Amino acid sequence: MATFFGEVLSVYSRAVEEDDDDDLTQNEEDEQIRREIEEKRSVRVQWMSQTDTRSVSCSHLIIAVGLNATGFTSAYVLSCGGWSAVGWVSLWNERSHSSSRTDSAPVPGQPACVLYQQEHNPSVMMCVCTCYVAEDQLFQWAEKVLGCVQKRALTVTVLSDCVLAEYKASDYLSGNSTPFLRALKTATYTGAVACPLLEQPNIITGLSAAVLSHCQVHQIPAVVYQCYSDVTHPDSVTMETYKAALTGLSAAVKMNRCPTSEILQKFTRVSEVQSNLYT
Amino acid sequence: FISTGSGDPSFKGFTLIMPAVSVGNVGQLALDLIISTLNMPKVGYLHTDCLIPMAGNNPYATSAEDASQLSTNAEVYSHSDLKLVVLQIRTPIIQTKVRSFRKSLVSWIKSCGLVKTVLLSSSHAYQRDDRQLLGTSLRYLLTPSLQKVEGQRVEELGWREMERISVFPDIPDSEQRLYIPGGGVTKALYTDCCTEDISMAVALIFCSEGDNIADAFMLINHLNDWLRLLEKPTQGSVQWRVPPSWSLLFGSGIPPLIF
Repeated sequence: MATFFGEVLSVYSRAVEEDDDDDLTQNEEDEQIRREIEEKRSVRVQWMSQTDTRSVSCSHLIIAVGLNATGFTSAYVLSCGGWSAVGWVSLWNERSHSSSRTDSAPVPGQPACVLYQQEHNPSVMMCVCTCYVAEDQLFQWAEKVLGCVQKRALTVTVLSDCVLAEYKASDYLSGNSTPFLRALKTATYTGAVACPLLEQPNIITGLSAAVLSHCQVHQIPAVVYQCYSDVTHPDSVTMETYKAALTGLSAAVKMNRCPTSEILQKFTRVSEVQSNLYT
Repeated sequence: FISTGSGDPSFKGFTLIMPAVSVGNVGQLALDLIISTLNMPKVGYLHTDCLIPMAGNNPYATSAEDASQLSTNAEVYSHSDLKLVVLQIRTPIIQTKVRSFRKSLVSWIKSCGLVKTVLLSSSHAYQRDDRQLLGTSLRYLLTPSLQKVEGQRVEELGWREMERISVFPDIPDSEQRLYIPGGGVTKALYTDCCTEDISMAVALIFCSEGDNIADAFMLINHLNDWLRLLEKPTQGSVQWRVPPSWSLLFGSGIPPLIF
């Protein structure tokens, strides 16, 4: 496609090119390889203690996806104490560090999806997801994680990051208003929403979309808070924006409203200018 | 398929229109126009692991109240007066799951008891051969079961059937096969429906990536000539309602600082 300036852009067409080979040469070995890859990429929820393999009763499930959302939950919520890790979601894809799936509990500091439960109120759970979940694993992730908690009286809250460039608005946004929150909720969600709803034509994709779609179809009340920020690394100002999202849940979830700078420093990263051609 | 309300709606005797995720997303844009103009209510979701997940607020909102209805990546809308059911697909099919998606679609179509299915699609304009460069850029295909019923009507409308391409272009008399580059699952789904004896029509347009709104209008007016979804006024063409989700297709407003 040629643009107005005369440059030719190679446009990525969303059409999938037909794979004629797909239907022709399907022999045993191909099938076997395909099955093995599917098995390797499957998503599994694993529990720390053996007893919790059945459906866990849960009234509030909070899922955090993205560096700032997970930084927020770690610095503002988990740092208050009273949370214990009860399980994790094990999966493997090309971006995982290990070459094959590991079924042992994740080491802190490594990208992972860890499930926490509040000690004094075990029906409140949190899932902090720092690892990359591939496109073909998103649906399975939502099914498995939401499948291991009981649907009755469940409310799901998802916190997720997004870059500001993805947000489309008819009037240009100046730097002053970022970072900001936008929300999307399912039809059955009746609680208060802490920020404006996401206007058309904006959409959400990824893990938060997979979870929200699952909740919408299964009529589980759920809300996604998407934080649009112009900063790409974990940053304390962006993390603070999520405070508004959890204020509605303050009865269930204790939040440290002003964490100390030591705690914040553990989860934020100052962007250092990498060496470039000019220095 | 999961219904929004209680109980499964029946689509027996209905016509299904669905898009193929193809060049310029023309099929999907055309369906947006149908759903938006006819104000079709949503009756269910296609909850499948074969499509990339996505969610957003109501793309066909007419007022502030219905703007907050959530929309997912594959939804089913229906219009009982016109006996029409529409499947809108909003995200690409995951590469490794194309075959299983086709299989689930075909089995769902069969289970619905539909009169016919229409697949809206598109193909790369740059891949046309000499014959295809001339005349209209719209083409159709009918499965054998639908050919008997609608074949004559389509002839009367002056539609052009999609030409078959030689497997080896320079060798005369080589085998002719169907070739729809950029059509996504169109060819495979069409062949599946031929084998399964499902009445399906494919309406496609040759186009390129870019601002495909005009192509969507062309395709939908072409389809309307056949299906008569909306009456054509004597002067001018049918007024299709553009949904609000089509705003800002090419990014946000322009920052004033650059001037």
